[in-house]
Amino acid sequence: MTINIEASNGVCHAQVTGEMTIYHAAEMKGELLPHLDGCNEMEINLSGVSEIDTAGFQLLLLVKREANRANKLLRFVAHSPATLEVLELLGIASNFGDTVPHVL
Amino acid sequence: MRDTGLDQALQTFFMESRELLIAMEESLLALESAPDDTEAISAIFRAAHTIKGSGGMFGLDGIVAFTHVVENVLDRVRNGEVPVNGELIALLLCCRDHIGTLVEQLAADPDAKPDMETEANGVMLLNQLKAHSSTGQPPVAAVAPAPAKTQIVTQPPLDDGTVASDNWHISLRFARDVLRNGMDPLAFIRYLGNMGKIVHIAVLPDALPFAPDMDAESCYLGFEIDFHCDGIDKAAIEMVFEFVREDCSLRILPPHSRIEEYVELINDLPEDKIRLGELLINCGSLTKKELDEALRLQALRVESGQEAAPAETDAVSQLGDILVEQGMVQPELVDAALGKQKVAKENKVQESKLIRIQADKLDQLINLVGEIVITGAAVSLLAQRSSDSALQEATSTLSRLVEEIRDGALQLRMVQIGETFNRFNRVVRDVSKELNKDITLVIGGAETELDKSVVEKIGDPLMHLVRNSMDHGIEQTELRLQRGKPAKGTVHLNAYHESGSIVVEVGDDGGGLNRARIFAKALEKGLVTANQTLSDQEVYGLIFEAGFSTAEAVTNLSGRGVGMDVVRRNIEALRGTVEIDSREGVGTTVKIRLPLTLAIIDGFLMGVGSASYVVPLDMVMECVELSEAERYATRDSHYINLRGTVLPFIRLRDHFREQGKASRYEKIVVVQYGGQQAGLVVDELMGEFQAVIKPMGKFFSNLKGVSGSTILASGEVALVLEVSELIQRAVSLESHSISKV
Repeated sequence: MTINIEASNGVCHAQVTGEMTIYHAAEMKGELLPHLDGCNEMEINLSGVSEIDTAGFQLLLLVKREANRANKLLRFVAHSPATLEVLELLGIASNFGDTVPHVL
Repeated sequence: MRDTGLDQALQTFFMESRELLIAMEESLLALESAPDDTEAISAIFRAAHTIKGSGGMFGLDGIVAFTHVVENVLDRVRNGEVPVNGELIALLLCCRDHIGTLVEQLAADPDAKPDMETEANGVMLLNQLKAHSSTGQPPVAAVAPAPAKTQIVTQPPLDDGTVASDNWHISLRFARDVLRNGMDPLAFIRYLGNMGKIVHIAVLPDALPFAPDMDAESCYLGFEIDFHCDGIDKAAIEMVFEFVREDCSLRILPPHSRIEEYVELINDLPEDKIRLGELLINCGSLTKKELDEALRLQALRVESGQEAAPAETDAVSQLGDILVEQGMVQPELVDAALGKQKVAKENKVQESKLIRIQADKLDQLINLVGEIVITGAAVSLLAQRSSDSALQEATSTLSRLVEEIRDGALQLRMVQIGETFNRFNRVVRDVSKELNKDITLVIGGAETELDKSVVEKIGDPLMHLVRNSMDHGIEQTELRLQRGKPAKGTVHLNAYHESGSIVVEVGDDGGGLNRARIFAKALEKGLVTANQTLSDQEVYGLIFEAGFSTAEAVTNLSGRGVGMDVVRRNIEALRGTVEIDSREGVGTTVKIRLPLTLAIIDGFLMGVGSASYVVPLDMVMECVELSEAERYATRDSHYINLRGTVLPFIRLRDHFREQGKASRYEKIVVVQYGGQQAGLVVDELMGEFQAVIKPMGKFFSNLKGVSGSTILASGEVALVLEVSELIQRAVSLESHSISKV
């Protein structure tokens, strides 16, 4: 698992590659959250995610919620098939209350 | 390798896919006229999604791979990332057709590979889709409409205190350590999804602490799942979570649980009660009404002092208060949600009113009813012969009931014509693009019912007529504007019942038929003579003659003069008639009149020697006696002079090689079909007869001149004659005998 981060004009582009699983969850949290703190807008590119489990998904939820709380813009883009599969399974596109984003 | 159970499921998949594809087409067409229709977008997405999902279950990789790409594009459309325009809809329609082709090819042979052409077409479409699926634009956080599957809500049968939903409700809360113990909750949910259908799933991140306190290796999530699976028990669901039993709290409510059980569930769970209540409504486990009922029940219990613990009382009243408040704060939101639920509910109710029956079972039933009609007739005949008045009375009651059963059974085969009409939405759309004309289709009388076998055969003639209307009827836009008509042309399809038959109309507001031009053309073709006076109807009727076309331009749609005569022949084969009503500059309407059913006809019974024959009554023009002198004169020829016209005839005695001597007084039954007349020479006229037509067996499928058989009250078999064949034969015999002379 690697996370490449580029920041420009307060917008942070993060590209996650590899497995977003329990094995890397703590490490990912340590990388993503500080960067969210340091920017106004964040875009997380998920195209390279080869596998995602509950821990990875939970982390995405956390980042999204933190961004919402801090009133920052957060986008997940270019979902890889693995991430889409999980979002589909959990019916994330549907609206289940405003504490959780409509679109991950 | 497939067992029969799977085979059956596969058939269901094909059937459902076809229905979904039809729904998808309808929604795409709706979207074309209203590009902002989020409901239509969701419906299209759902159709693709379901086909992909079910296709995956059967390992139909070809369908899954293609539909997946389509679905991705649709998802972007749904999120507002890809604009809806004509080009996209055209592409999606092509994709729909492609999926349809894939489905049909697999339906024909589940192990087949798609043929080269389909494959190439698929690759081309995928390339076009790619342009829409990876524009690199960041997704816009649009409010995605909730898929309708979240609103599978049935009528709340509150009276017995149970909820209407026939889904299992599963509440899952995982322990913090579940991930560290090497279990992945998603894997269990995925497994559950393989067992049945996850109707709705809600992720509860409420326990997720603030970022600094959150341990990425702990699990904080809960799930509320609405799960549908027939023939499953609670233990089987528990088995799914067997491995993770230690690390999760699992609550399962079976379908139609009592409302109290849901209330207990809400109370048991750690999350905010209101959110849970809403969640259950969203899941479709509870309806708003049921939740209110639950609250009312609780309140009652509290008042009567059954709930002792003050803490619980507190929670309950709090729940009620907040809900009421909620209702007051956001009434429109609640209304909107309820409105949506209502629509879904109505659909569901409609659905449960229908049963799917195999067509052949129905045919078998009709067949049996036919037998009953025949046997019943025989019984009443016997009863009449006996002088037992009680028996006669009983049989007359019986025949009345049999008649009712017959009508009821035939009614079962009646289907609404709307489905056939709706197919033309696509046709009109495509053809108007091709012709570069702006044309809408207006459908009326879609609920008019007619026999399934008629509906199946009416499609082709309608297709010809609709295309014809669009191509020749409706003028180019400039011309329409010149004539002071709206630029947009209209083709209308209409159906209604009229005195025992069905009328199907195909009309347009186009240029109408040019009487003079048709007459001139008919003159040229030698169909009429210059001094003949014809009514408008008769002149318009000429366009149904073979090879007749007045179109100046032959397009690839119509104008070659084939088509209209085919239309007439098809309709006459259904024992129907066609007439045309037209006003120049105003429009044309083609009226097709069809019998309600093909299974039972009013027939005319004739006897030849010992055998009986039936012809449809409406084809019989008149009956004349073949006088002794004429008989003598026509011994070798096959025509008589009927009031100055030549009437070719055929001796049924010779045609069917009937033994025995002809009766002294032979009769000629004059029959007409497709504008031609011929005579059938018979021994005896036996009058009108309601005939239940039974198709001839396979063995007789090559038999000419006989379209079926029927059984008389006496138990004897009578053949139903195919008049068109006999007329042709009579005409050819006549020309043969003339050429001999």
